[in-house]
Amino acid sequence: MITLSVFDLSLAALLVLILAALSWHMRLGLERSLLIATLRMVVQLSLIGLVLKTIFATSGLLWVSLMAVVMLLAAGREVMTRQQRRLKGWWGYGLGTGAMFISSFAVTVLALFTMIGNQPWYEPQYAIPLLGMMLGNTMSGIALALDRLTQTAWQQRAIIEQRLMLGQTRTEAIDEIRREAMRSGMMHIINAMAAAGIVSLPGMMTGQILAGAPPMEAVKYQILIMFLIAAGTGFGVTAALWLASRRLFDERHRLRLEVLSAPRP
Amino acid sequence: MVALERPPVSDPLLRVSRLITHQRGPFDLSIDAGECVSLRGPSGSGKSLLLRAIADLDPHQGEVWLDGVACAQIPAPQWRRQVALLPVESQWWQDEVSAHFYGVACPWLIPLGFGEAALGWQVSRLSSGEKQRLALARALMNRPRVLLLDEPSASLDEVSAAALEAVVADYRHDTGAAVLWVSHSAAQAARVATRHYQLTPQGVQEGEP
Repeated sequence: MITLSVFDLSLAALLVLILAALSWHMRLGLERSLLIATLRMVVQLSLIGLVLKTIFATSGLLWVSLMAVVMLLAAGREVMTRQQRRLKGWWGYGLGTGAMFISSFAVTVLALFTMIGNQPWYEPQYAIPLLGMMLGNTMSGIALALDRLTQTAWQQRAIIEQRLMLGQTRTEAIDEIRREAMRSGMMHIINAMAAAGIVSLPGMMTGQILAGAPPMEAVKYQILIMFLIAAGTGFGVTAALWLASRRLFDERHRLRLEVLSAPRP
Repeated sequence: MVALERPPVSDPLLRVSRLITHQRGPFDLSIDAGECVSLRGPSGSGKSLLLRAIADLDPHQGEVWLDGVACAQIPAPQWRRQVALLPVESQWWQDEVSAHFYGVACPWLIPLGFGEAALGWQVSRLSSGEKQRLALARALMNRPRVLLLDEPSASLDEVSAAALEAVVADYRHDTGAAVLWVSHSAAQAARVATRHYQLTPQGVQEGEP
């Protein structure tokens, strides 16, 4: 594998600087946010590189678990902030985090034990990138699905209550909205699988090929990852929607939209 | 002295006792089987909220009894099939009218002034008056024992309103259902109901239509 020198990176950074200068010259007003984002990216990735280097060196279960928990909590926060109307109180944070915990964590651990089967199973070189990809994808799916569910329930509250008045159960009354939300949560991974290899070369596979892996090996890994992401997203979205739609009603099958917070301004 | 024969005291079909909802109440009222009672009161006095609480759609204090059985003892969906609320504005979630009737023949379409073809109509093309009458037909499909009607003829002309009043009266006579009828018109209240309730800040009071 060809390693990159600081000079190589500086050369690429020069391109971004030229772009910023162009933006300034053309009065696009993009140069400030472009430079800040570039700087953030370099600092964040360097830091995570250092963290991974340390964890790879120690290889302890404790450190790997700690890293996994930090990643999970960050993803949970991300799911929460992407909601227009989130569940009030601990539910807003706990729901997405819990759904990702039972889907991403379970699928990742299953893959590490059975399919990848390295020694020890928590070897950070495999465990952390795998979990990262799982969390990143289930996070988008769960966030989209929950946002769709709560927004639609809010807009269609008159319809939901009409169905309750006619004697439908809470499950029947929200069934179509939940299915719609499930679809929007799963759409991303279904499209990604359909387009993989034709429209886009998936990032992980490209990375492995760049790092010198034989293409067929990289492809097999990518297929495995896609399977895992699809399953993890599906299970995570299902769990999150089931819990959230339960939470929207009480035990007397009444729609209780006051459990949702007001939309952000 | 001859003791007067008293009729056996029976429970009313619907009894509302110390009901408090959205900081309003307590409300007490009762309706016998086969009886129609009107409910009037100024806008914002909480008529619709009272009906919603009786249908157990909002959290409330107090208790509602159907034929001596408390609301809390019956699963909520089952309660709402027996205690049917017809809201001022009905909602339709499928494209075609028939989908809301689950393909079952509806005996009230013709008395309400519709042909059988009405089931094939698109919901998006219904007028508000058509929606209101079809909503009554849809609610009756559950064969409810209590009807809570919230201004059921608000957007109807005189002919349609008379048809709707006749359908409700027939249903009441045939099944012994109890009806609570919210109306803004004293004339309609006097026409359809035999007892009259007025909603005041102090609660429900019986009086003139």
